[in-house]
This record gives sequence, structure tokens and C-alpha cells, in this order.
Amino acid sequence: MLHDRDRIFRNIYGFHDVSLKGAQSRGVWDGTKFFIDKGHDYIIDEVKKSGLRGRGGAGFPTGLKWSFMPKADARPSYLVINADESEPGSCKDREILRHDAHLLVEGALLASFAMRAHACYVYVRGEYIREREALQRAIDEAYAAKLIGKNNSHGWDFDIYVHHGAGAYICGEETAMLESLEGKKGQPRLKPPFPANVGLYGAPTTINNVESIAVAGEILRRGSTWFAALGKPNNTGTKLFQISGHVERPCVVEEEMGIPLRELIDKHCGGIRGGWDNLLAVIPGGSSVRCITAEQAADVTMDFDALGKLGSGLGTAAVIVMDKSTDIIAAIRRISYFYKHESCGQCTPCREGTGWMWRVMERLERGEAEKREIDLLLDVTKQIEGHTICALGDAAAWPIQGLIKNFRPVIEQRIEEYQAKHARMAAE
Amino acid sequence: MAVRRLNPEQPAQFAFTAENLTWAQETIAKYPQGKQASAIIPLLWRAQEQAGGWLPEPAIRLVCDMLGMAHIRGMEIATFYTMFQLSPVGSKAHLQVCGTTPCMLRGSGELISVCKKRISEHAHHTNADGTLSWEEVECIGVCANAPVVQVNKDTYEDLTAEQLEKIIDGFIAGQQPKPGSQTGRTASCPSTGPTSLTDKTLYDGSTIGAWKKRFEETTAEASDKVQETAPPSALASPAHKAEVAAGTSPSSPGSSGNASAQGAPPVHPAALTAMANAGLVKELEARGDGKPLSAGELDRIKADMMRDRAIAAAAAAVPAVEPELLKGPRSDAGDDLSLIWGVGDGLVGKLHAIGIWHFDQIAKWTPENIAWFESQLDGFKGRVTRDKWIEQAQKLASGWRPESKAGEKPKG
Repeated sequence: MLHDRDRIFRNIYGFHDVSLKGAQSRGVWDGTKFFIDKGHDYIIDEVKKSGLRGRGGAGFPTGLKWSFMPKADARPSYLVINADESEPGSCKDREILRHDAHLLVEGALLASFAMRAHACYVYVRGEYIREREALQRAIDEAYAAKLIGKNNSHGWDFDIYVHHGAGAYICGEETAMLESLEGKKGQPRLKPPFPANVGLYGAPTTINNVESIAVAGEILRRGSTWFAALGKPNNTGTKLFQISGHVERPCVVEEEMGIPLRELIDKHCGGIRGGWDNLLAVIPGGSSVRCITAEQAADVTMDFDALGKLGSGLGTAAVIVMDKSTDIIAAIRRISYFYKHESCGQCTPCREGTGWMWRVMERLERGEAEKREIDLLLDVTKQIEGHTICALGDAAAWPIQGLIKNFRPVIEQRIEEYQAKHARMAAE
Repeated sequence: MAVRRLNPEQPAQFAFTAENLTWAQETIAKYPQGKQASAIIPLLWRAQEQAGGWLPEPAIRLVCDMLGMAHIRGMEIATFYTMFQLSPVGSKAHLQVCGTTPCMLRGSGELISVCKKRISEHAHHTNADGTLSWEEVECIGVCANAPVVQVNKDTYEDLTAEQLEKIIDGFIAGQQPKPGSQTGRTASCPSTGPTSLTDKTLYDGSTIGAWKKRFEETTAEASDKVQETAPPSALASPAHKAEVAAGTSPSSPGSSGNASAQGAPPVHPAALTAMANAGLVKELEARGDGKPLSAGELDRIKADMMRDRAIAAAAAAVPAVEPELLKGPRSDAGDDLSLIWGVGDGLVGKLHAIGIWHFDQIAKWTPENIAWFESQLDGFKGRVTRDKWIEQAQKLASGWRPESKAGEKPKG
């Protein structure tokens, strides 16, 4: 069990003062200069050693990502912070932006310094208007206190700008975000070249999730050893979990990586609505990952590797809980509609496939289908997966694959019921 | 993709107010010289706010002119990003009801019914007097407070159908109903009160400077050679984990004792690093043979690694079955396995250690055997399939030899 003193986000619910003074009383901006004086490589090395894996969903090691940035380059370097939190189920960055924004601003300075960047853009999703106002307030305070800006007290010129989107899930994909930031439609770029070589405005750029950046300061203060000792090997540290759906008390909470799902739900959410036996399925990492069954949920731990082994994933640690009252086909059908709506239209398999899959899901929900279409649908998901520039195609395919893998009998039963009903109507 | 078109009826012109014009100049200045196109979303957004919640076509042209962009680029932006409303919305409120699964599970369907009943049967249509409109939106990102409706800048959270009716009444009456959770809970805290962050010492300033102790201790322990040479397995001990959990580790603030003083073996940072980074970092470094890499090489290695991971993920469903293994080569020496393109000295050693000495062994592998073999490796997952080892081994087993010692790159 995680102790309060090992929690990084100490004002995640906004019970305490969100101003600079309040943040400083909780230890933010404490010793920032000390770590900057230790040099670029020290910071990257500490973050590498901490085992921190990106908190935006893919879980790429953050320190390693930082080390890809060129050490000497005529072009400017940029840090772009991904606050385009749009994955259904995810609502953690919002709490950081409005309640613990100074952790983010401090982390942005440290990360930018480590990567030799003097400018950072925070791309906040368009819907988070109050959140970007809160972030801007924190930034203004930091400028006024000479913590950031030109000739600041840390000795590294640093500017941070808040940018925003206008309602496009795809802009959470890092290269789509760069396109959007350059004033274009958010359509992902082909990689390579990777952003570390050719990113924002053709210059070296690293894109990190809000949570990955916001924990940097605390990792340096407490040490990589402290962070690495929390959680499980290869899945270290703490994580903001977001539990929504059919639990008694949905919430956002910081817990240790690798916490058993059941403990997470029982301890912080008051259990499943109607008791643990009433659980049907869980989507453990945001809408893009495959769902897991109640049996699997009973003893799985919440980390990249354990969930990966089940064919699912930790994603953003957005846990969507569904009890037995749920029409699981409808729940996944709604996710299919989401991806159909959010496909950027660039790659044919995704543009055409997401709509096709959604239409089939609509029929499966009613049972208005042939059983062989289940395998046809599964086959089409495989045709989309891995055949698009970005992972949105994969993200659209996986929820359906999870549904068919775990709940095929439910779909078949729905079809049988529909056919029986219509045979009867035809006979009458 | 959503099909979105401009409204057939458009005002003749649009101009920013003086205040908004000043704001626009400041916004453009956030971006490097010559990159002013970056400001298009913020400027269009401000134009939409000024125009009463929707974006008229003359405003798109104006913003494009300000930023030196072709008008069609602005049209692309306005139609691509769905928060730009292309037709008029309710003058008092435009309700954005989240209908995505987390909200759906907690009753957003009822909220949509309320909107249909109270505002308009169809989304994006205003009510009779033009004061209200609604639409179903994709995830607003407030999932732990579902179901949610966003109106202008604010979200109304933890809603029920009755509460939404009251909120709609409020807007009709020209009020600004109180945003946030409608059940009275604070943000996304559990409704019965926090289950974490109850330790008051986090907020009394006592954590300030606690981290400095670590550097004092580290300096003192730096000369401790025993620590340097202890084996990694012993160092990453459960005892240390227990200490960290109990808050008695030297790295926890407010710690009373230090690890070695309590008789538990100290944990070497490098050991924990190795544990923590096992797999990922190691794999990248192994692929680069630990040499400094040029940007191009790094890109190539990363692309390979990502593709391998994708293949491995696809293969994960295949059960692992041990292939035929040998204790040693059948004659004096085995085949030169490095002739398989993609197999270097490191992998040859690994293959020998496992018991693979001949081309014909690999040539016979089934997908289950590949799954087994890859489970024996730390990295390089997916490489057997990607580099077509089986095909290559079959060719080599038949006596064919490549021109280069590194082998011949398989086609496709």
C-alpha cells in the first residue's frame, strides 16, 4: 500500500492552495536549481534510472526518450507537453492542470533543461478551458517569481506557452499534435523521421504526457532509487488511476504501479456496484485497450506487463468498470462510434474501416446479423490493425477484438434471439 | 470522420474588437517568426466566442488574412476540429452532452432524452426561440465525474436527468447555474471523502528540504566499496521495498534510520535501474551494440523495434512449443548460423546455448516453436518472423550460400 508521503500529487483534488505559495509549501520548486546545477545528463540519467515509463499510454521509457534529443544542433530544441487528454476514461491530466499545475511547470523547466530546449508548448485539449486558464495562472506566477522566463533564477532561459486544440482526439497522437501546433489539420506524420530529429517546425522535439513531466521534479528530489523501488520491475513508481463506470464511488487516485485491480477498486471506490460478483468486464486502460473479463480482473495487477500478458494494456490507467447490467455490445459499439468520429481520414483502412466496423456493431447490438459475420468483423479488425500511419487504427480494432474474444457467446445469443423473434413474426 | 459543412446563411462581414485584436497580436507572438500559422486555432476560437458561439465564414477568411494563410487552410481547420460550430447555436447556452462509454454507463442516454425533450429533437438545432441548442460530443475527459455536460467554459458533473432539467431551467432564466459536481463532492475525490492524502505532515511544510538528506548520506556512503560489488539480485531486496513502503528508506523524507543501520542489505541504485529498465532500454542498447548512433541509425533501430513489438504482440496468442534441441553439433562444428541475415554473433551464442546448431533445425520451426524461441530471448521479439529466418534457413540447409558473410537480406 502506498503511503501518503510517497504520493507525488499532493493536491490532486484541489483541497489545498493551488497558488505558487501553496505549491511551494508542499515542496514544489524546492531545490530545482540544485538539480539544474547538476547538469543536463544528470537529470536524464536519474529519470532513466527511475524506470519511469511514459504516462500517456504507450509506456515508452521517458529518460530514454529524452536521451534521443541531439546534444548539439544548430536548430532550437522544443519540448511539447501533451495535455490533449481525450482517451475515453482518462481524466487525470485535468486534475494536474487545475490543481497541481506547478508540478507541471517545474517539470517542464527540468525536462527542457535536460534536453537543452529553451521553449515548451503545452497543448491542452480544446474542451479544457478552465484547466488551461488554471495552467496559465500558474505559469504567470512562475514568470512573476522569476522561476522561468529570460534571466530567471535557475540560470536557464526558458519560456512556456499554453496552446490549445479544438476537439480532435487524433491530436493526442504526437505527430498529429505537431501538425496541429503548426496550424494544420491534425493528421499524423509518417515515422521516421522521429520528432527527436524532425519535430515541431522541423526542429528536434520531444513530446511527453503531462503526468510524465509533472513527476520529474519529485523523482529528482526523492531520487531514482525511491521511484524505482515503488511498483514492480519494469513498471516502477506511482500512477494516477482513474476509475469510472459501475463502481460505488468513481474517482481519480494516485497509487503504486502494480496494485491489484481489486484492491484499487475496493480501497478507493467502495467496490463494484452490487458487489464484486456483479462485475461483468473491465476496460483497464482507456477505450483503446481490449476489455478483460471479471475472472481476469479478480487477480490482475495494474501495470504494463501484467495487463499486456492478458492481451490488454495499462494505457492511461483509465479503468472503465462494467457490471452485469451492462449491454457489453452496446458499450463497445459506442467506442466504435467514437473512433469512427475521430478518425482523421488520412489512411483508407482507418477512414473506411472505422465506419464499417461501427455499422456492423450497430447490427450486432440488435442481433441483426449472421453468426459468420462475427468472424468477418474479426478479420476486418486485423486488416485495419497495423496498416495505418498511427495507432488509431489499432485502437479502433482492439476493443472489438476484446469483445469477440471474451464475449462471443453473448453476441451469438443476441443473433439467435433476433432470428427466433423474426422467424416467429414471419410465421404469424 | 464527420461530414461538416458551413452554414448556408452567413453574415456579410466579421471584425475583431479592439480588445480581441490586441489579444490576437499577443497570441501570434507566442510562436517563432514566420510560424504565425500556429495561432490559427486560438484565433478562430476567439472569433467564435466573439460571434456568439459559432464561427461565421467571414471570420475564417479574416483570420487567414491576419496569418498570411490561404483561405482554404482556414476552412480545413474549421471543418476538421469539431469544437468549431459551423452554424448558429443557442444564444443562452449550447449544451455539449458527452455520450461516450464512461458517461453512457452512468446514464448519459437519459441526459440526451432530456435535451431532445426540452431543447430540440435534433442535435445542432436551436429551440423555438433560438436560446438553447445541444449536441452529443465525444469524450469530454471528465470520466470519473460522469455523466457530464459542458456548457461554454464549464462542466456540469455527476448529473441526473432531474438535475439537468434544473440546469436548463436556470439557463432559460438567464442565470449561470453553479458548475462542477452536482452531488457536491470536490473534484474527482471519492464521494465519501478522500481515501488518500490524509497525512497532515504533507501540508505543514515539513517536507521542504527533506530531500537534501539523501545527498548528504550518498556522499558519506560513496566510499563504501562493499555496496559497489554486491550482486544485483541481493541488492534489489524485498527488504528494501519493505523499507520504502514503511517510509524508513533513506530516500523517504522523514526517515528515522538508514538502511544499513537496521541490518538489511542496502540496495544498489544500479540494481534497481537494471530491474526497472529491463527489456526496453536494454533492447535498444543491444540493437545499437552500445555504440553512439547517428540520428538515421537511431530512427532505423527504433522503427525496427516498434515493428518487432507489433509482431510479438500478434504472436503472443500462439502457444509456445519447444522445438528440437541438440546438446551439441552433430559433427565437429555446427552450421555457420551467422549466415542467416539478421543473426549476429550475440544471437549465434544465444542459439548455441539453447541448443540450435544447424540450419535444418530452424528450417523445421513451426509458429509455436518461434513463440517458444522468442520467449527465451530478452529482446529481439518478432525478429524471426520479420527477417524470415525459416525461409533463409531452408535455403541455407539446401546448400545455397549468400555472397556476403552477413547473409542476404530477405525480400519483402
